[in-house]
Amino acid sequence: MAVTATLTSTERQIGIAISAGLAILGLAMAAVAKTGPMALHGGMALVLGIALVFYLGGALYDHPEPTNRRHAEYYDAPTRFGIVMTLIWAVAGMGVGVWLAALMYWPEATPAVPWTSYGRLRPVHTSGVIFGFGGNALIATSFYVLQRTSRTRLADAVSPWFVLIGFNLFCLWAATGYVMGQTQSKEYAEPEWYADLWLVLVWVTYFVVYIRTLARRAEPHIYVANWYYMAFILVVAMLHIVNNLALPVTWGAGESFTIWSGVQDAMIQWWYGHNAVAFFLTAGFLGMLYYFLPVRAQRPIWSYRLSILSFWGIVFFYMWAGSHHLHYTALPYWVQTLGMTFSVMLLVPSWASAGNAIATLNGAWDKVRDDATLRFMFVAAVFYGLSTFEGSFLAIRPINSLSHFTDWTVGHVHSGTLGWVAMIVFGAIYSLVPKLWGRDDMAWPKAVEWHFWLAIAGTLIYVVSLWNAGITQGLMWRAYDEGGALSYSFIESVEAMLPYYAARTLGGGLFLAGAFLCTVNCRATMRAAGDRVDEADRPLATQPAE
Amino acid sequence: MLKLHYNLEKLSMGLVGAIVVVASIGGIVEIAPLFTIEQTVEIPDDMRPHTPLEMAGREIYIREGCYACHSQMVRSLADELDRYGPYSLAAESAYDHPMLWGSKRTGPDLARLGEKYSDDWHVAHLIDPRSVIPVSIMPAYPWLTRDLDTGLIADNLTALARLGVPYDDAMIENALADARGQSRPDTDGADGVRDRYGEDIAVRAFDGDPSRLTEMDALVAYLQSLGTLTDAAHEMLAEDTQ
Ligand code: HEC
Repeated sequence: MAVTATLTSTERQIGIAISAGLAILGLAMAAVAKTGPMALHGGMALVLGIALVFYLGGALYDHPEPTNRRHAEYYDAPTRFGIVMTLIWAVAGMGVGVWLAALMYWPEATPAVPWTSYGRLRPVHTSGVIFGFGGNALIATSFYVLQRTSRTRLADAVSPWFVLIGFNLFCLWAATGYVMGQTQSKEYAEPEWYADLWLVLVWVTYFVVYIRTLARRAEPHIYVANWYYMAFILVVAMLHIVNNLALPVTWGAGESFTIWSGVQDAMIQWWYGHNAVAFFLTAGFLGMLYYFLPVRAQRPIWSYRLSILSFWGIVFFYMWAGSHHLHYTALPYWVQTLGMTFSVMLLVPSWASAGNAIATLNGAWDKVRDDATLRFMFVAAVFYGLSTFEGSFLAIRPINSLSHFTDWTVGHVHSGTLGWVAMIVFGAIYSLVPKLWGRDDMAWPKAVEWHFWLAIAGTLIYVVSLWNAGITQGLMWRAYDEGGALSYSFIESVEAMLPYYAARTLGGGLFLAGAFLCTVNCRATMRAAGDRVDEADRPLATQPAE
Repeated sequence: MLKLHYNLEKLSMGLVGAIVVVASIGGIVEIAPLFTIEQTVEIPDDMRPHTPLEMAGREIYIREGCYACHSQMVRSLADELDRYGPYSLAAESAYDHPMLWGSKRTGPDLARLGEKYSDDWHVAHLIDPRSVIPVSIMPAYPWLTRDLDTGLIADNLTALARLGVPYDDAMIENALADARGQSRPDTDGADGVRDRYGEDIAVRAFDGDPSRLTEMDALVAYLQSLGTLTDAAHEMLAEDTQ
């Protein structure tokens, strides 16, 4: 069923008006900028806006309007779109990551042109996987989970589309800007000021539709998954706004200077950076875990108290932890100490969450054995526990003196992102895709099993090789010989990395192969769905989902 | 407590408010004091801002993502002092919007790089790192020999001045001339840069060709300035060791 058929003609008209607004915004951006990335981004907005006007306009009177029955049904079309975007960004973002991994020991692999240079592609990888893959997955599943656990339909039909399309425009602006050399250089906050403002607009819309839907819930209580999704939406907004405050150089240059400088900038950047991990890569995905794991295992969450404890622990403790990125630097010592202390305490709520998830599976271990989808979720919870332990450990000052600036950090991040974040997303995708496309199961259930083993093998190879790399690096940098001179020149430490870098490329490649398999499998499932798509819009459950 | 929470769960706006409050505390306690305590706001007397050419080089450093592989932050650890030089002070990056402390050392720290190598070494290294260091894994940047786009040089200084970097009107007015002058020794322009930014400023044809102002000129000028904006770090270390 065409998406337009899910909209009433009034909604189609509102959609046309917003799309026209987008086109005008794009035109204005292009006109002010004239050349450079901002002009191109204006052009992209213009084309997208016009395309949407035609798409909606062409269907304005063609498709029948949805009947009033729709109010008794969930609205899942935006979730379907979000899942497709999740898969596209997964392959693109992870693909760039594997390419970058190869460049680390084969630097000539990339053509000697600016666009494909390591430093420009690196944020394409990080933004591609964090925002493109992770962000789309979060938004898509949040709409799904919110409706199921509130037993109500999304508050309106237009704003979810604005959120998803607007968010993907942001991601596209980001990636294309980087390759053209446009960046604020703040890690995980690289996009320039106008893209940042656009994201604020998208995010406010997201919050509004979320809270309006929540207000219409037929359940007195707000289910725990929604607390996490809500923390994700709210705190990411706070972090994004504060860290990105900037003064544009000129209106048309598409360049700006952050208003923060030096040590304050460092503290704000890592307050942002670490909490992007906390609220983008953890809170949101815990929301996912708290819904999909119990539903798939058909067991209630093990402990309600523990989920309260871990939720508030995470919301409170994480916000102090960022300064552990700045041990032994020019940041005042007491701030480093606070960062370290809270990072260690963070282990308590983190393990409470991981433990709660794993204990939920008690009595369902046979399902974990037989069902690769549930196994994805189980492994995600295990890796969540492992990587939060490692995180607290690495935040301890003397340990950090060895690990910081080395590949150990990169390994740690990937044990979290591959082992935890990506695994829970794949678990959610394999649960959702058959449901939302009106089938009993994935098109190729065997391929899910294959994907699982590729993902596990890839993650382990990746993480273990970078542990070795990082520890070797750290030890070489600080080694002294008997005469009291440094034992190794820097370049010797670089040479020592090459076998590990090669192994990590293999690990990343396996993981990418798994993601690709998932995409193909999903595509086959979606295609085979055919006309049965709209039947996936099942009536509102009379019982709460849990 | 549990009862309280049980009721909170029924109030969506209550939950929103609680999340915002609980999440704000850590950041406020850690960040707000940094704007007042001496250690983080005191600027040494001899500290100068980057020249327009160095600023342009800094923008290229950012554009190419050099910060993804290089830190500019010597930590106060013995081996780092031996390998790189005096540990970094907060004041040294006080004018840096944004700071470029970095998070990963695929290549070495660059905070004390200034005047460590010759300009020729940098040019050769940037065009083809493996021609200088055969086992290097640093990317090659052959395109840096193109002309420098000077369109935003004065605007950059204006914006930074508004954010508190001490660029005066003469510096902003002469930004373009100073950028050219710094790469052309023995010209009036060269004298102008020295007048405005100090006698110690490196004025050289950084890429070896004074007739063209290239991206290479800017980037090498920036790299040669790293760690040379103030002597405070060296003085501090000397004091410490006494
Ligand atoms: C993929 C990671 C990577 C990127 C990106 C990168 N470098 Fe490097 N860089 C290295 C490595 C590895 C070395 C050590 C080997 C060598 O000297 O070539 C190095 C060495 C250097 C050195 C010599 C430092 C010393 O003290 O010996 C300089 C200067 C330098 N890089 C500047 C840059 C600049 C400027 C850029 C951006 C235009 C850049 N690098 C981008 C990896 C990188």
